[in-house]
Amino acid sequence: MLSRTADHLFWMGRYLERAEHLARLLDAHHRQSLLPRSAATLVTNWQATLDSLSQSAAYHQAHGAVRPDAAFHFLAFDREHPGSLVSCLQSARENARAVRGTITAETWEALNAAWLEARTLTAHVTADAPMREGNAFLEFVKDRAHLVHGVITATMLRDEAHAFLRLGSYLERADGTVRLLGARWSDETNTADWAVVLRSLSAFEPYRRLYREAVSRDRVTELLLLQDSMPRSVHRALTQVNDYLRSIASGGGGGRGAHAGSETLRRAGELHSQFQYGRYADWAPQLGAEFFGTLARRIEDLGSRIAQDFLVPMSTSVESN
Amino acid sequence: MTTPAFTSGQRPQPYDEMLDAQGQPRTHCRGYADWLARRSTGWLAEKRAEADALFHRVGITFAVYGEDEGTERLIPFDVVPRSMPRSEWTLLEAGLKQRVRALNVFLHDIYHDQDILRAGLIPPEQVLGNSQYRPEMHGIHVPGGTYAHIAGIDIVRDHEGRFRVLEDNLRVPSGVSYMLENRKMMMRLFPDLFTSQAVAPVEHYPDVLLENLKRVAPAGVTDPTVALLTPGAYNSAYFEHAFLAQQMGVELVEGQDLFVRDERLWMRTTRGPQRIDVLYRRLDDDYLDPLAFRVDSTLGVPGLLNAYRAGRVTIANAIGTGVADDKSIYPYVPEMIRFYLGETPLVDNVDTWILRRPDDLAHVLANLPDLVVKEVHGAGGYGMLIGPTSTKAEIAAFRQLIIAHPERYIAQPTLALSTSPTFVESGLAPRHVDLRPFVLSTRDEITVVPGGLTRVALRQGSLVVNSSQGGGTKDTWVVEDAPAPLETLPC
Repeated sequence: MLSRTADHLFWMGRYLERAEHLARLLDAHHRQSLLPRSAATLVTNWQATLDSLSQSAAYHQAHGAVRPDAAFHFLAFDREHPGSLVSCLQSARENARAVRGTITAETWEALNAAWLEARTLTAHVTADAPMREGNAFLEFVKDRAHLVHGVITATMLRDEAHAFLRLGSYLERADGTVRLLGARWSDETNTADWAVVLRSLSAFEPYRRLYREAVSRDRVTELLLLQDSMPRSVHRALTQVNDYLRSIASGGGGGRGAHAGSETLRRAGELHSQFQYGRYADWAPQLGAEFFGTLARRIEDLGSRIAQDFLVPMSTSVESN
Repeated sequence: MTTPAFTSGQRPQPYDEMLDAQGQPRTHCRGYADWLARRSTGWLAEKRAEADALFHRVGITFAVYGEDEGTERLIPFDVVPRSMPRSEWTLLEAGLKQRVRALNVFLHDIYHDQDILRAGLIPPEQVLGNSQYRPEMHGIHVPGGTYAHIAGIDIVRDHEGRFRVLEDNLRVPSGVSYMLENRKMMMRLFPDLFTSQAVAPVEHYPDVLLENLKRVAPAGVTDPTVALLTPGAYNSAYFEHAFLAQQMGVELVEGQDLFVRDERLWMRTTRGPQRIDVLYRRLDDDYLDPLAFRVDSTLGVPGLLNAYRAGRVTIANAIGTGVADDKSIYPYVPEMIRFYLGETPLVDNVDTWILRRPDDLAHVLANLPDLVVKEVHGAGGYGMLIGPTSTKAEIAAFRQLIIAHPERYIAQPTLALSTSPTFVESGLAPRHVDLRPFVLSTRDEITVVPGGLTRVALRQGSLVVNSSQGGGTKDTWVVEDAPAPLETLPC
C-alpha cells in the first residue's frame, strides 16, 4: 500500500474517533451542567477539559475568559478551530475522500453522508446564535460514528488498509480516555461526577455489572484504565493498537515496515504489558496529573513513531529491489 | 468553404433525437416515449431529487475553478436518456475507429518520418511550431506504436441528422465515470425499463481499459503493475480518477508518491519501493516532469521523461498527443484518414474556416454574428464566441482579438445541434446535446463501448454543453432498431 494512503487511513480513523470522543466529552459537560453546583465549579471543569485537550491557549486567544457557552461552541461548532468536533468530522471526511478508492463505497458513503448532514445541521450555528438542543447534535455524532464503525466492520477486507484505519482509531481512543481521566482526576470530583464520566463513555451499565457497588473514583478509574473487556478502556485500546501494529509489521515480508518498525513494536508491547499485568492497588498511590500526563506523552510518542516508520514518505533510496 | 453560413433568423430546425419532424417518436424509442408520456411531472421530479441525493451521498461531485477551494458541485443529471438505434451506432462506431486509427498513425508519423509533412498535406509549421508538439518524443519508440490509448471524440448531429466530429480529445479526456455512474443511476431509478428492453451494456469499460494498459507494458514485463496518476483530491476530475482506479483495482498515485531511480519508476509503499510499469496519467504533459517541462510543477515526477524514453515505463496517453487534438490540426484529420488509410472518412468534420488563411479570415469577419469562433488552444468552452447569442459589444471585442492574432482562431457555422427531450423546471422540453464516446486503442484492436457520455445544455437555446458552463449529462442508450413495445409495463 502507498505510504500516503496508509497515512490518510490512519488519520481518517483518528479524526473519526476524535470527533466521537469530543461528542462524549461535551455530553459529559452537558450532563454535569444539569447537576446542582456553583458556576465557579462549572468553569473549573471547562478549564480542566480545555487543558486536557491542549486547547486552552487557543481558546483564550479566541474568547478570553472561560464561559461554558463559549467553550461549548469552541469545542463543538467552531469551523475556524481545527480541534473542534465539526472540524474533526471534516478532516475525517477529507482523509476518507483521498482514499475513497481504498475503503469500501459503503464506508465512504456513510461518512460522507454524516458530514453532509452535520454541515446542514450546523450551518447557521454561531457563537452568538448557539444551537438549541446542542446535546441532540452530540447524540447524532455518536450515532454516525457507530454507523461508520459498523460499516467498516461489515464491509472492509481485513487487510493492511483496515489495520491502519483501526490503528488510528484505537490509538486515538487510548489517548482520549487517558486525557478525560486526567482532566477529571484533579477535580474535587464527587460520585455524581464520576457517574457522568461513566455515562459519557457508555460505561455505566458495564460498571454495574462488574462491581455491583456504589460509583467510586477508584472503581471507575480501574474500569477505564485496566479492564480489558471494557471497549473504551485504555487497556482494551492498547490491546487493539498492539494487535494491529503486529499484523501490519508481520504482513509485509521484509521491507521497510518490519525492519524499521521493531522499536515501535517493542514500545507498544511494553506499554500494553503494563496494563495487561498491572494491578490497580499498585498504581493507586501514583495516580494524579503527572501520571496521566506521562501516559498521554507515551501514547503520543507511539503515534509519532508509527508515522515515522509506516506513514511519512521515506527517502528515495531503492533498498533491496 | 462551400457551406454558406446561416444568416440570423434563418437557422434550420434542429434534429430531435427522440421525435421526428411530425413530432412522433422515432421507431427505436417508441416504447420509451410511450412509457414517458404516461409519467407525471411530479413523479419525474421525485426521481430527479432521488438521483441528486444519491449523487451527493456518493460524492460524485466536481470542483469549479475560480470558486472557493473545496467547493463541490453536482453535474446536473437528467433522468430522460438519449437513445440511438443500433444501426446508427454501428456506423458511428466504424467512423470513430477509423478516425482514432488515423490519429495514432499521424502521431507516430510526426515523431518519426514526417511523411505527411513532406507530402505537403499539412503546413509543417502548423505541427512543428505547435506548443503541444514535443521534440523530446522524436524517434522514441512507444509500445505497439499506440499514442492515444484513450480518446474522447466529441460528436454532434447537424440539422439533417448526420453525425459530425466537433473535436478530438487525445490528452486526458474525462467524463467516462459519468457515463458509467449515469447508467448505474438509471438502473437504480428505473429498473423496469431495463428488464423490458435491451440496452447495450457499458459496464465493461474498466476491464477493457485495464487489459489494454497491461498490454502496452514495457517489453519483458510479465505481470505489469499499473497505476493511475492524479493531480490530487482538489482536481475537478478527482472523483473520476479515484473511481477508475478502484474499478480497475490499481493504485491511485500522486506525484509525491513516486520517484525515478535507475531510469525506473517507483512508488513509495508501506513495504518499501514498488515498481510501476504502466502509468495511466490524468495530468497534462506540462506537469509530468519538472526536469523536462514546467519546472514549477509539484504534481509530476522528476526524471519521468528519462525513464519513459528509456522504455522502462509506459505512459498512457503518450507524451505529445496534444498536437493531434489541437483545434488548428483538427481541419486536417479527414486528409489524414485518406493519406494514411486510403479510406474515405465515415464521419465528417464540422465545416471549418482556418483564420490564418486570408480568404477564410475575410469571410469570417464579414459574418461574425452567425458563426462560432474558437481559440485553437482553448478548452472547456472558454475563449470562444457564439455569434448568434452574443451582444454587438461582445462581437466587436472579439473581432479585435481575431484581427490581432488570426492564427489563434478557427470558425465554424453555428450548428443546429440536435436536441433531446430533457426534464427541466417547466417539464419536458427539447435541449441541445452532444456525445462523447470513449475509444480505447491497442496496436491490434480498437474498442468503443456502445454509447458514451451525452452532455446537455440545460438553458433553453444554449449550445454550450460543458460541465464548467452549466451543462448536464444524460445516460446514453444504444437500443435495437425496432425494439419490442413496452406495453407490459405498469404505469
